[in-house]
Amino acid sequence: MKILVCISNVPDTTTKVKFTDNTKLDTAGIQWVINPWDELSLTRALELKDANPGLIESVTVTHVGPVSSEPTIRKALAIGADSAIRVNAESHDAYFVAAQLSEVINSDNFDIILCGIESSDFNGSTVGGMIAEFLKYPSVSAVSGINIENGDITITREIDGGKELISVPQPFVAIVQKGIVKEPRIAAMRGIMMARSKPIKLVEPTDTEPLTEVVSYEMPPKKETCRFIDADKPGELIDILQNEEKVI
Amino acid sequence: MSVLVYTENWDGKFKKLSYELLSYASGIAGMLNSSVTALSIGDVDTAELESLGKYGASKIISINNEQLKGLDNQAYTAVIGDIAKKLDAKVIVLSNNNTGKALAPRLSVKLKAGIGAGVIRLPSSTDLFTVYKRVYSGNAYANVIIKSEIKILTLAQNSFEVIETGNNATIENLSYALDRSLVKTDIRDVQKQSGKLLLTDAEIVVSGGRGMKSPDNWAPLAELAELLGGATACSRPVSDEGWRPHEEHTGQTGKIIAPNLYIAVGISGATQHIAGVSASKCIVAINTDKDAPIFETAKYGIVGDAMKVLPGLIEAVKSATAG
Repeated sequence: MKILVCISNVPDTTTKVKFTDNTKLDTAGIQWVINPWDELSLTRALELKDANPGLIESVTVTHVGPVSSEPTIRKALAIGADSAIRVNAESHDAYFVAAQLSEVINSDNFDIILCGIESSDFNGSTVGGMIAEFLKYPSVSAVSGINIENGDITITREIDGGKELISVPQPFVAIVQKGIVKEPRIAAMRGIMMARSKPIKLVEPTDTEPLTEVVSYEMPPKKETCRFIDADKPGELIDILQNEEKVI
Repeated sequence: MSVLVYTENWDGKFKKLSYELLSYASGIAGMLNSSVTALSIGDVDTAELESLGKYGASKIISINNEQLKGLDNQAYTAVIGDIAKKLDAKVIVLSNNNTGKALAPRLSVKLKAGIGAGVIRLPSSTDLFTVYKRVYSGNAYANVIIKSEIKILTLAQNSFEVIETGNNATIENLSYALDRSLVKTDIRDVQKQSGKLLLTDAEIVVSGGRGMKSPDNWAPLAELAELLGGATACSRPVSDEGWRPHEEHTGQTGKIIAPNLYIAVGISGATQHIAGVSASKCIVAINTDKDAPIFETAKYGIVGDAMKVLPGLIEAVKSATAG
């Protein structure tokens, strides 16, 4: 059984983003990382491989991005992925990216495809579901657990007010959220050394027309300064919330 | 041509978010000189279906099929896609909740329709169909053009006012012939707490951070939430420590919420936490450290210890709501 983890290369989540001419992300000083949810997916994939050595033969990561995103791919290899596939293209929009990743999956047979539920840059929550529809695979979204017992794979799906235990036939796409693992796995020195010799396969993009285009960015409106209320006068705050803000 | 809205029900009832979707779709229909059709999948009675008319649907299509009891993304996508084609819908609106996130991307590929994911206001233009959404986890916003002929929009919860228009809607109970081979999701078990106010639905949320010091200190926080008719939430360290269930974790990697009132108690306000709550209409922060970053985001602040401030707030709410 082979697992594929789709990863996105995003600015570190503490980055205060800035834009040039309101159209281009100012990349100066940005630390690039594996998208946090993709990191959780990768960690779970590696845990499953460790726990089921005969069953799961490999964990591969894939990414659509230019050569500048290779350090992030190397990070994934250092954490423990066996190999990587990079589609050599700028990621125009989710539809374009999903089309490329579907081609990657088409040309190699993977049984389980894991995607993070969203990327911390465009917050779209779309690529995983798109891949599944391109390939006509079943997809399960809001996945907070994947378990394998005696070869039987069960998926935990979060629903409003609870969870469901699900199974779907392979190959499938699982769209992963918080809860899948407690902590993301961190690369150890040995992993970092080994990552240098692991293969990154390069694939050229297929011709796909993006369906959306970002035309401009805006910064959030400047917030008014916080109005402090004396800790001994809680009634004052409640009065404001009730009569000025009208929220209670 | 029509604007199609997928209205989700919970055990046969629609929620406020369904009405938000319809109000939003009515706005778009107005811009396009079109009308709104609501699609409901599941066992929903006529009175409940009729309620959708109040928020702008002029037609309601109801499909109640035994095979569609549990959410199967592929099967639901086929149904919504077929209805969209039948209606020649040019705009399809879903929620940006778990269900919308599961279905909208599949629909996008099925109909070759670009997605505006998590939009927060009406399109600024329908000539060059331009939508507005949060990006970089709320640190910026983007204007996005959808270039395809069909557009799919998922609306961020609590970002659009519910508007009652009082339409009279026609209801069509459609017997849909589903391709059963599409249903591949086997739901083996469901664990569900019913009757509890969901965090994502709550208009008031009281949230605790590490400044609460111990899981044993949660009683006054929960009491304040209950008095206000709200839900409780927590920061990531609190759920990581196991002080509170991870369903309560609010922040970038947890739940993204936008209540009318968010009260952050003992939460310092890391960027990742703010990313999950910054769309709230009014934020109140209680923290011992007057320099805590949460006060940069909060509109109102109290500098003080949670265990001293909370009892005072509880008393103040009681006396404000008494009589």
